Amino acid sequence: MKKIPERLYNGIIKENPTFVLMLGMCPTLAVTTSAINGLGMGLSTCAVLMMSNLMISLLRKFIPDRVRMPAFIVVVASFVTIVDLLMQAYVRSLYGALGLYIPLIVVNCIILGRAEAYASKNPPVASFFDGLGMGVGFTLALTLIGAFRELLGSGSIFGFNIMPNGFEPVSIMIMAPGAFLVLACLTALQNKLKAPSATNREPSKFCAGNCANCTDASCHIGKKEDNDK
Amino acid sequence: MSIIAAFFLGILNYALIDNVVLSRFLGLCPFLGVSRKTSTAAGMGAAVVAVITLSSAITYAINQLLLKTLDMEYMRTIVFILIIAALVQSVEIILKKKIPSLYNALGVYLPLITTNCAVLGVAIDSAQKGFGFWQTMLFSVGTAVGFLVAIVIMAGIRERIEHNKIPESFKGMPIVLLTAALMAIAFFGFKGVSF
Repeated sequence: MKKIPERLYNGIIKENPTFVLMLGMCPTLAVTTSAINGLGMGLSTCAVLMMSNLMISLLRKFIPDRVRMPAFIVVVASFVTIVDLLMQAYVRSLYGALGLYIPLIVVNCIILGRAEAYASKNPPVASFFDGLGMGVGFTLALTLIGAFRELLGSGSIFGFNIMPNGFEPVSIMIMAPGAFLVLACLTALQNKLKAPSATNREPSKFCAGNCANCTDASCHIGKKEDNDK
Repeated sequence: MSIIAAFFLGILNYALIDNVVLSRFLGLCPFLGVSRKTSTAAGMGAAVVAVITLSSAITYAINQLLLKTLDMEYMRTIVFILIIAALVQSVEIILKKKIPSLYNALGVYLPLITTNCAVLGVAIDSAQKGFGFWQTMLFSVGTAVGFLVAIVIMAGIRERIEHNKIPESFKGMPIVLLTAALMAIAFFGFKGVSF
């Protein structure tokens, strides 16, 4: 059971999906116009990640190796549909703000990446907490970026006005270019502090921002470490 | 306005003014990952144009004929992603058998496209907005051309700045993101042009 805190630490700090692995860039940049949107997106991804990790881990002995990718996609897509319908029913305003990006959780490479690298090889409880750790890490990163952009772009955090009256909002921060700008500055800061990230490790071992490779055999995030344990 | 003019203006609208990568944030991963060289970027872009055009035609048909008649539109996400995955796989097999030269040029990018969120994004977006057939085709071709334009420009810039002196902490991903930010600002200028 000492695996649980280790998995949580791994997902939130050591292999943070956004800042360290640089996965799932599309939702990261698209929905972080405010802290609350970032939080909402993070939590819905977290829910899908936990459930799909749990389900894939339970099914790992029954899914034939050759068709595992389509099988994973079906499992993930089912949970995404559930989350999509639940959000449509209970949190209308957030659903409106996130819109298209809710169904697109299916192609978020963090989820398929964890399914392939961890859940398909490990027992259900550890996989569940692996999903929780990764999900919380993703949520924290999105909320942080969202808060940063909201603070500069509209002078508030979570809708509360906290900047002094003379502050002129830099509205480009909540528009498309601001997303790239904020992330560029945050990753540069990370490089400056020599914090581990996808950009300053060997590119061959990590996706280096290329989600497209995630379902590829050449790109299993942390696969080696997981196998060593 | 003649139909042809409307067609080109529509393509221009979806490709430049509402660019898929730089203002709608779809397909960012290949945009950042496969844009090191212009030739590979062009190959990826061309493969994406082909797959998006084909997949949106098929998903449109499935959505109209199957899901709407059976009243099962909530199954859209699952059905669409499976169709796209199967389509990409079969395009790969057909190309390999029938047109090996084209396969050699585009084949390596095909498996990567299944997880390109622009493909699923276009299919779901046009279904949600209730576009008709021609509008769906216009939307998907325009979006795909926008992706091609953005990734080729990005690769060109990256080739140019490769040997420049870049501050130590901005090397690697930060400078690419910064380039993307500047490109996004430039594309933002197209918003002033509306048809």
